[in-house]
Amino acid sequence: MKKKSATPKHKQSFAAGVKESRALYLLMLPSIIIFLMFTYYPMYGVIIAFKNFTPAEGIFGSEWVGMKNFLQYFNSYQFGLTIRNTIVVSLYTILVTFPLPVVLALMCNQIRSKKFKKFFQVSTYLPHFISTVVMCGMLILFLSPSTGIISKLVGLLGFQLPNLMGSAAAFPHIYVWSEAWQHVGWDSILYIATLSSVDPSLYEAATMDGAGKWKKMLHIDVPALMPTVTIMLILRMGSVMSVGFEKVYLLQNTLNSSTSEIISTYVYKMGLISNQYSLSSAIGLFNNVINLALLLLVNAISKKLSDTSLI
Amino acid sequence: MSQTKAVAAKSKIKKSKEDRIFDAIIYTICAILILITLYPMYFIVIASISDAGLVSAGEIMFLPKGLNFKAYQQLVNYPSIWIGYRNTIFYVIVGTIVTLVVNIPASYALSRKRLYGRGLFTAFYLIPMFFTGGLIPTFLAVQQFGLMDTFWVMVVPFSVVTYYIIVGRTFFANSIPDDLWEAAQLDGCGYLGFFFRIVLPLSKAVIAVIALWAAVAQWNGYFNALIYIRNENLQPLQIALRNILISNQTMSSMLTGAAATEAQQLADLIKYAVIVVSSAPIMCMYPMVQKYFNQGVMLGSLKG
Repeated sequence: MKKKSATPKHKQSFAAGVKESRALYLLMLPSIIIFLMFTYYPMYGVIIAFKNFTPAEGIFGSEWVGMKNFLQYFNSYQFGLTIRNTIVVSLYTILVTFPLPVVLALMCNQIRSKKFKKFFQVSTYLPHFISTVVMCGMLILFLSPSTGIISKLVGLLGFQLPNLMGSAAAFPHIYVWSEAWQHVGWDSILYIATLSSVDPSLYEAATMDGAGKWKKMLHIDVPALMPTVTIMLILRMGSVMSVGFEKVYLLQNTLNSSTSEIISTYVYKMGLISNQYSLSSAIGLFNNVINLALLLLVNAISKKLSDTSLI
Repeated sequence: MSQTKAVAAKSKIKKSKEDRIFDAIIYTICAILILITLYPMYFIVIASISDAGLVSAGEIMFLPKGLNFKAYQQLVNYPSIWIGYRNTIFYVIVGTIVTLVVNIPASYALSRKRLYGRGLFTAFYLIPMFFTGGLIPTFLAVQQFGLMDTFWVMVVPFSVVTYYIIVGRTFFANSIPDDLWEAAQLDGCGYLGFFFRIVLPLSKAVIAVIALWAAVAQWNGYFNALIYIRNENLQPLQIALRNILISNQTMSSMLTGAAATEAQQLADLIKYAVIVVSSAPIMCMYPMVQKYFNQGVMLGSLKG
């Protein structure tokens, strides 16, 4: 995704350049208007984080209060809680859902039967298309201590499951492992494709040298994946502080909120349930700035290590 | 010479024993993974057509028992699902068209080297990947433009997606050479005519990929409706699902005693049926269009 710099072959005057590209501008026009209205205009609107916003006075007219909203968040009990929960959920998710697709791809690559391989791929990709709402509904149904199928299956082994949905300690595990169930297969596509482009003569040479399948996997497949894995990991680390709102919000209840209240759910509650627009914007902006810093940091690291960067 | 051959053959046999163990392990793990992946989905289907009491007693594990379609018949009593279904179909159709109309031409324009101010425009599309206004400022903008609680808020404001534009740009940059335009120009083709009559027909693959992404996102999405839609007649399917699956708004809460237990069992059964009804279209479509998704992942990972 490296940006190629525009290098016009011959210097054009501004007017001539615009005139020649006018048809291309027309093609971009709808997306530019929509972006300006609903993405760039809110970037300006974020100044309400430094104001005491009231609907009557609007974004422009409301009174400036400096850092007051930020300080209110930093000094609140929720500050430490939401940051800690966000980081725990995020790092745990990466720890589980990052390596598994690589392992899955390595195994998938070992399957010789074309039909079985296809079946394996199609079935492991399938859960990716389940909606977040349905996924959370399934978790609630399956984990119900009295009627859920998971409780029943565990019961067969002689254990009794507590009410996991109502347990703060269980929340990160439920979130992360259901995430793994849903997306690990899908996330392996890229690695499977990378492996399919490995030069077959490498395997032949290794066979000649007497290497078994395990050795071949370890010394051909794993090194072949490493560059892609490194880039993906670096990019993934850039979003450590941005955990998606949807699933966490759906799985949240009063019993598990001590581990499930993350920054994005708190922003939603402060903003659209408590109507504290300025405070909510300040928290959102704080989160955004951290994300930006992380992204620029990993981008710089990635550039240095692998000469690949997002920008 | 023959000696080395014999050694090679011997070692091949010996190795293949190790390889067979290795294969057996791999195939076993893969089979277990397929089971873990498919079983929950299979269970939902068999539970939805089994007897409610048996399901909640844990009697249903591998085969449906007490076959009946009561749960599906009960769905008639949930108009919110059908209203949601209808709305979602409209959102998917219109939303996908809008997504294509705004993103495809823009990504094509960005892929042209002769676009004057290309660096500037690229930055314009990339910046939102790094910085956004956030929930409340976006909410206020939608409100100010009068889109709250309208059909259009679901299909227009968030239709420009930087990722789609990058994927499209990569595709066009690699598959539509600039010479093509020069040739068409000689034949007296105007620029927009060139785009619609020559570029688009050559770009079916990327159009299909982005259309599928947009359609799935629209079918499965609930965030925008949660924030911007209050009117029940505009709610998409996922909000109706949330009310039934998560908020437990089924019709059993009024009853007590044995009737309540039975009603609760039926309510759970209805949840299974709702999941089947709402997920079936995507699940059935997916294997048919799978190759496009795979293509899309590859397009997205190419460095443009």
